[in-house]
This record gives sequence, C-alpha cells and structure tokens, in this order.
Amino acid sequence: MAVQSPENKLWWNEPIGRAEMAWITIAFLWGLIMFGAMIYWHIEGEQNLSNEAYRIKPEVFAAKAEDMVAKYTVRDEGDTGIPVVHPPPGSDVYLISRLWEWWPILELEKDQSYRLHLSSMDWQHGFSLQPTNINIQVHPNYDLVLTMTPNETGEFGIVCNEFCGVGHHTMLGKIYVVDK
Amino acid sequence: MAVETAEGVGALVEEKYRTCPETGLRVYAQAETLIKANAVVAIVFLAVGGFFGLLVALTRWPAVHILPAEWFYLVLTAHGAAVLLFWIIFFEIAILYFASAVLLNCRLATPRFAWLAFALMVLGALVATVAVLQGESSVMFTSYVPMKAAPHFYLGLILFAVGALIGCFVFFGTLVIAKEEATYEGSIPLVTFGALTAAIIAIFTIASGAIILIPTFLWSIGYISEIDSLTYKLVWWGMGHSSQQINVSAHVAVWYLIAALVLGAKPLSEKVSRTAFLLYILFLQLACAHHMLAEPGISAEWKVFNTSYAMYLAVLGSMIHGMSIPGAIESAQRRHGFNRGMFEWLRKAPWGNPAFAGMFLSLIMFGFLGGISGVVLGTEQINLLMHNTLYVPGHFHATVVAGTTLAFMAVTYLVVPLIFRKEIIWKGLAKWQPYLFGIGVAGTSLFMMGAGTLGVSRRHWDMGFTDAPVSFDYPGTAYLMMGLNGVFAVLATIGGLLYVLIVVGSVFFGKPRTAEAIAASPTIPAGAAKVAASYGSEEHPKLPGTLVLVTIFFVSFVLYYFINWKFLSEVWPLS
Repeated sequence: MAVQSPENKLWWNEPIGRAEMAWITIAFLWGLIMFGAMIYWHIEGEQNLSNEAYRIKPEVFAAKAEDMVAKYTVRDEGDTGIPVVHPPPGSDVYLISRLWEWWPILELEKDQSYRLHLSSMDWQHGFSLQPTNINIQVHPNYDLVLTMTPNETGEFGIVCNEFCGVGHHTMLGKIYVVDK
Repeated sequence: MAVETAEGVGALVEEKYRTCPETGLRVYAQAETLIKANAVVAIVFLAVGGFFGLLVALTRWPAVHILPAEWFYLVLTAHGAAVLLFWIIFFEIAILYFASAVLLNCRLATPRFAWLAFALMVLGALVATVAVLQGESSVMFTSYVPMKAAPHFYLGLILFAVGALIGCFVFFGTLVIAKEEATYEGSIPLVTFGALTAAIIAIFTIASGAIILIPTFLWSIGYISEIDSLTYKLVWWGMGHSSQQINVSAHVAVWYLIAALVLGAKPLSEKVSRTAFLLYILFLQLACAHHMLAEPGISAEWKVFNTSYAMYLAVLGSMIHGMSIPGAIESAQRRHGFNRGMFEWLRKAPWGNPAFAGMFLSLIMFGFLGGISGVVLGTEQINLLMHNTLYVPGHFHATVVAGTTLAFMAVTYLVVPLIFRKEIIWKGLAKWQPYLFGIGVAGTSLFMMGAGTLGVSRRHWDMGFTDAPVSFDYPGTAYLMMGLNGVFAVLATIGGLLYVLIVVGSVFFGKPRTAEAIAASPTIPAGAAKVAASYGSEEHPKLPGTLVLVTIFFVSFVLYYFINWKFLSEVWPLS
C-alpha cells in the first residue's frame, strides 16, 4: 500500500508501464504546445498586453489627463457633470481611476488605434471593459500604456473589478465607440 | 488495548503508544492528541468560514441580496481567511503529523514545540478573525496595498504562519527520528513522500509570507512609509499561490492514502508517482505569475515562462497523478475480480463508502473543473478575458473546495474510526454527504466560471450598479448564473453542515470502536488488506477504463483550451 515503504528497495529501477509512459509523453508534448501557443500569439495574435509601463506620480498623471480633457471635451454625460472626451485617433489618452470613478468618459472611433494610459490615484483598481471583456489591473504610481483598437461601435461599461473599498460597486465608467 | 512504552534511542524519551488493531501501526499518544486537536480546530473554522461563504453566495444571488455592502465585504474577507487559510492549514498540520508519526511508526519530534505551534496558530487565527470582524480590515484575503488593514490583522496572520512553520519543522524532525530509530525500512511510504513535498513547499510559502507581511505590518503601524503595490503583489502571491500548491500536494497524498486503505490500491509506479510530486516542488512556486498576468511593468517573457510553470512541468505532475491514481484503483479492483468490460471496476467501486466517494469525486472535479480552468486562466493572453472576474473564484472553488476540502472530508471518515476510535454516527446520511457537498461545489464553480466568462466581476456587491453615475447591464444569462450559483451554494452548505455534524457528533457521541465493531465493519476492508499484502509498484496491468477516462479528460482539455483562444481573438486588438 502507499502507506507502507515500498517492498522493492530499488523502486527507482523498475521499468515504467507502456500506457503510463504514453500518457506522460502526451501530457509533456501538450505542455510544449501550450507553451508555444503563448509565444505564437505574441507574434501572430492581436491581443497582447503591452510591456510598456512607467513610474509616475499620481499628480503628474492627473495633470496630463486634465490637459487632455481641457483640449478634447465634446460634451458632458447627461447631468452627471462627467466630461465626454473625443481625443484624436493615434493620440495619448489618459484614463484616471480613483475612489470611486473612471474619469473622464471617452469617445473613440472605430478601427482607430489609441495609446491608452491607465493609472490609479489611490488604491489598486481593475479596468474591466464590458461586454467586450478585457480585464487589466491598474496600480498607483505605474502608468501602463497600451495600444487599443476598438473594433465595434456602441456603448461600453468600465467596471472596476479590483476591490477598492466600500464604494467599489459604484465605480463604473464608460467608453463610447463611434463610426468615423 | 495495550498501552506500552518505548524508549527513544539516544534521547531517552519515554512515549506512550498503542498498537492500532486495524493497521498494526504504532500510534503514539502525543501524536494522536495533536492530530485530534488540529483536526478539531480545522473543522470549527470550516463551519464558521462555510457559513460566511453561504452569506456571500446569497448576497451575490441578485434576487436575495441578503447583506448590506459593508457587511458583504467584511464577510467575504472573513470567508477567505477562515476556510482558505485556517481550515485547510490546521487540517494539513494534522495530515503532516499523521503521515510522519503514524505512518512511520514513530514518536512525534518535540511534542512541546508541536503544542507551541498549535497555540500560535490558534492565537494568530483568532487575532486575524477578530480584526476582520471589528470592521477595520475588510481588505479581502489578498489585502493589496495601499489599502490598509488594522495592524493586528497582519500580526494575526504572521503569528499563524510562524505556528505553521514550527509545525512543518516538527514534521521534518519526526522524519529524522524515524530514520535514526529505524522505525521503517527502505524509503518512506508514498503518502509520507507526498506530505513531505507539501511541507517543503510550505517552507517556501511561509518565507514569502514573512518577507511581505512583516514589512506590511510595520507599514500599518507607521514604521515604513510606502510599500510598492506591484512588489507586494509579486511576493504576496509567492505565499498566496504556493499555499494552494501545498494543498495540491497534500490532497494528492490523501487520494493515494484513501485508495490504499479502502481498496488496497498500489501506485502503478513508485518512480513515476514520486517524480510527479517532485515536479511540484520544483515548479509550482512559479505560479505566483498567474496573478501578475494583467499587471503593468512585468515583461511578457517573464510572464510566459513563469505562468507555464516552466513549460507546464507542474501541470505534467498533476496529469501524471490524474492517470496513476485511477489506474491504481482500476488495477486493485480488477484484482478483486471486477474484470468485466471496460468499467465494471468503477461501477462496483465502494460508492457507498464516503471516504472513497469523496476521494473519487474530488479527483474528477479537481481535474476536469479545477485543472483545466486553471491552465486556461493561467495562459498569459487568455487571462485578459478572465482576470478578476468571477471566473477566478469559480476556478479555485473547483481546486480548493471540490479538490482539497472534499478530499480532506473524505479522509476524515477514516480518521474518525482510526485515530479518534469512534464509530461514525448517521451512517446513512454520511453516505450522501460527499455527493451533496461535491455536487453543490461543482455547481457553484461552474456557474461562477460561466458568469465570469460573461464578464461579471468578483468581489462585487452590486452587479446592477444601482448607485453608479452611469449605467451598464450585464446580460440576463449572467443574472441566471448568479441565481444558480446561490442555489448550488445552498446545496454545498447542506453537505458541509452535514459533514460538521457527523464528525463532531461521532467524535463526542459516537460509540467507541470495540473489537466487535471493528470486526463487523472494518475501516480497511479485508479485501484491501489482502491485495496489498505485498507492496510495491503494480506490474503493468491492463487499464482500459483508465485510458478511456484520461482520453475524455484530454479531449475536453484541448477543446476548451482552443475555444478560449477563439474568444480572445474576437476582442478589441491590444498591443
């Protein structure tokens, strides 16, 4: 039994059965395929998280966002007072996360690329773009820069999916994607 | 039963022991009492933490939504600490003492230190639990900085970890004594070997915990001004994920233990099974990367190598156990004469024995639900679809609850008669317990994964965003999933409650295991003992049933894996 010492003290010399050996080989090869798949996706796939990130002070990041908002605000969102910003395609877009809001609301053009910057003013937050379902962690003091290309028009929610205190479930932002 | 005294060689220690009438093993009084104490406290935390879990599931059931927001986040934090840490680690310490002192016929090293470990763990667990219940530490199990908990929350966890560390060293010490006093011949048994891997991983785990929790404690009382949030996460998960790998090693050892005791199953190959355990030590700790895949500032190369446990070598370990354990069972059953067709061995397995039923359900659910979802979730790019959604708790409820907790429940049905020497009460209900709990947990896992696939956030009080300035609606299916999750959580709670009642009832009110009782219902069936009379690797039996099972597993794995790449290819391009 597996609860006693093996009777054959030289158990490491025993040959391995064919079925077991076959399974080990298949499992090992499958591991290599899965490993290769991640590398392959970096070469051929279109959805990879950017490696580009910088250390940044929250106030510096906030100033950049405010600057963008001042330049490109097109309207306010209903009576919420939250600005809706329509930055030019290809530009740097700053999205602030803080207790408990995503600021500002973005209006992007379909099939255009943007350099989206994510950083937090306080605790960690989770950028969860719905319903397309892209989920990225947002840290304070780090500026994550990713190139994002919306490929469908519509209204998208940004849920915060990293717990950030008792108002966490009210932290909801928005991205509009419009035709050019 | 004769109580005898043995003299430890060299140290002149006198220890009382009895000889187990069912296994013939020497059981030392100190080891036995410590196993009992740790197991009992574990079950208390399971009961408390399980109740918290029910409240969480009922709050996330949109039609019920039982707790207010502040209470929800508090209870969710308490749930994680009570079951993921305290229940499981107290039980694991009991397993370590069992796998060393009992299986090796040996006295326990430094029982006084083992009691110190126990006292520190109880104290730490209580302090941390009180901190959470006071309401100033609703920071979730992960307590990501810069969100701050009360200082005694961190202090409690540190005390608990120090206690667990001492427990691991008592285990190592016992192995040394057993070797010196030659209480066994040759190599340690496979189950002890599995427990040894768990204890080694535990050292790494606790070291990581100390490296991050001690500075965080100092930060919480103002001696350190800042903790970098990314560094915290990296090191914290060196503890957080590795502690789940302790669970994997421990519950795989428990699977082998139950298969051996109930059916007399022998591993197909000692060499293969032990190598698979070794792969856990070598590669599992890389898994802290699983939690860093959606983070800024970490290179893709680092993520790809580490998230795959160095090209999936630890996954290989689990896949090996996933064949060798059912294979061992099939082989043992065929020796018992269940040779007809592909699956007579499985049909006629002791499904009415809760130890076996719990073990086999745990094996299947850990592999199919927890294993496959874990690999998919841990794929660098696919993680973008699932990070911090309910898919994550869906996955780890399949591994830690359906896998580890159910396996530990199953082995309790052997521990109660063998160590507590009490009859199991309510045998009729006990038969159903693993199914109720197992199906309940499988349901919650599946429906959480389903909701997560639809983007529903974890750790979130209101999926309707009633108080948010703007609006967003999850699809109706997501609401349905959360309702079903609640229903299955109730089922799991009934199963869990039944377990607690049966075990506590048996320990305190069960009939003693007299010689007649043992003869009438032996814990280790006569057949199992006969099959296992000579022990070693099985000699390459034919295992058609197991081959069919692993083929089904493999096909499911491959299909589900590629379906998720398909999902990923449809989301907005990112680079």
